[in-house]
Amino acid sequence: MTVAVRVIPCLDVDAGRVVKGVNFADLRDAGDPVELAAAYDAAGADELTFLDVTASSDDRGTTLDVVRRTAESVFIPLTVGGGVRSVSDVDVLLRAGADKVGVNTAAIARPELIGEIAEHFGNQVLVLSLDVRRSRTVPSAPTVPSAPTVPGGAGVPGGADGAGVSGGAGVSGGAGVPGGWEVTTHGGRRGTGLDAVAWARRVAELGAGEILLNSMDADGTKAGFDLALIEAVRAVVDIPVIASGGAGRVEHFVPAVAAGADAVLAASVFHFGELTIGEVKASLREAGNPIR
Amino acid sequence: MASVVVLDYGSGNLRSAERAVARTGADVTVTADLAAAAAADGLVVPGVGAYAACMAGIEKLGAGPVIAQRVAAGRPVLGICVGMQILFDSGVEHGVQTEGLGLLPGVVSRLTARRIPHMGWNTVQAPDSSTLMAGLAAESRFYFVHSYAAGDLEALRAAGAQVTTAVHDEPFAAAVELGSLCAAQFHPEKSGDAGYALLCNWVAGL
Repeated sequence: MTVAVRVIPCLDVDAGRVVKGVNFADLRDAGDPVELAAAYDAAGADELTFLDVTASSDDRGTTLDVVRRTAESVFIPLTVGGGVRSVSDVDVLLRAGADKVGVNTAAIARPELIGEIAEHFGNQVLVLSLDVRRSRTVPSAPTVPSAPTVPGGAGVPGGADGAGVSGGAGVSGGAGVPGGWEVTTHGGRRGTGLDAVAWARRVAELGAGEILLNSMDADGTKAGFDLALIEAVRAVVDIPVIASGGAGRVEHFVPAVAAGADAVLAASVFHFGELTIGEVKASLREAGNPIR
Repeated sequence: MASVVVLDYGSGNLRSAERAVARTGADVTVTADLAAAAAADGLVVPGVGAYAACMAGIEKLGAGPVIAQRVAAGRPVLGICVGMQILFDSGVEHGVQTEGLGLLPGVVSRLTARRIPHMGWNTVQAPDSSTLMAGLAAESRFYFVHSYAAGDLEALRAAGAQVTTAVHDEPFAAAVELGSLCAAQFHPEKSGDAGYALLCNWVAGL
């Protein structure tokens, strides 16, 4: 009788269409997020995440329509993230049928947004996304690094060059922070100067309901999750942590959960049919984890 | 066809509840109209977010007496999530105690579990006589997302309620059935096939 480890497929949606290539059997239209969502629901997905990568605000209405139609056809929780900047953005998505909303860049620019959203809608709606990159000073060994943080460095566009700074924009940091990862924006290309572990602790204190922890180093490598990152964040927050980035093989998921993840998220391995939700769940179950 | 009103008092993902109940074949209306809420065969009281905010919404609409009268008259009501919690005597959030509708005994308080919110799919333990859970396999999982719960199971049982429990480090009331009043801490509308089966059970009794 414990809560199940969640397996969550993530769809990048641009102007109402699934962006990354999808190779899924038996779909009439593999680019239709609604149809893909229903297929994942049928395959046993515990939740769905839509990442709205629509660049043009004119096309945002299309995304809302997709959320609406998905909520009408799928009876599992739906998280929608991408471009959420205000309480009213959240309101619009929730009214369209989203259960949770992902917030990323806007909370870095203005951390108060976290509390505002939590106060209006409850912290359970707020999934705080962290796009994290290892700083150059940290060894890549899968242990929690104890490397000293570099004080005061500015977030330099180009990510890793921003090097392990702490004490950025309102984040308590400095000595004692198990630093070594930097929060980035713009798909990992731009550093923020925020120590990722300190930022995770801060967003939990500010009222985030959950953390989507995305390793930009591991993302796309299919070499496994950044386990040390998961451990480091798990050590400082009590809210659920969703591990993301790096899933390539079925055996990658159990270590992520062992490192402290409450849920695992993946995109391309599911979309391309390299792994099924069922295979991932079977491996988790075999390792003694509760699954649905 | 049974008629169901999903009460719109400014809280909750009403669309999800509407679609999930409609899937059972019931005739569903989402409305703030209290006459419709009183007249429907079944009334769903949803709710997400803060206890105090939900109670404020109920009071602003003047829905409290309608819910109480339905229950007194033996007419079905289903509370979901915070819509369940406000049926209790009171709720305590951030040190502030808010009076609830008092239709179920006990106080809703913060879970003491290490991992908060309790978020995800969990199993439940239902009494054999439960109507809501009839036919559901013991390993069925429902989707929970909450930080507060009703934990005084003995008070509920003493009042004659059938209590389905769940455990998140500690046991709490996952669902309650007391006469025509039903309530679920989890979200049946987000609980896939298990939630669908539960809603079918509820609608079948309307």
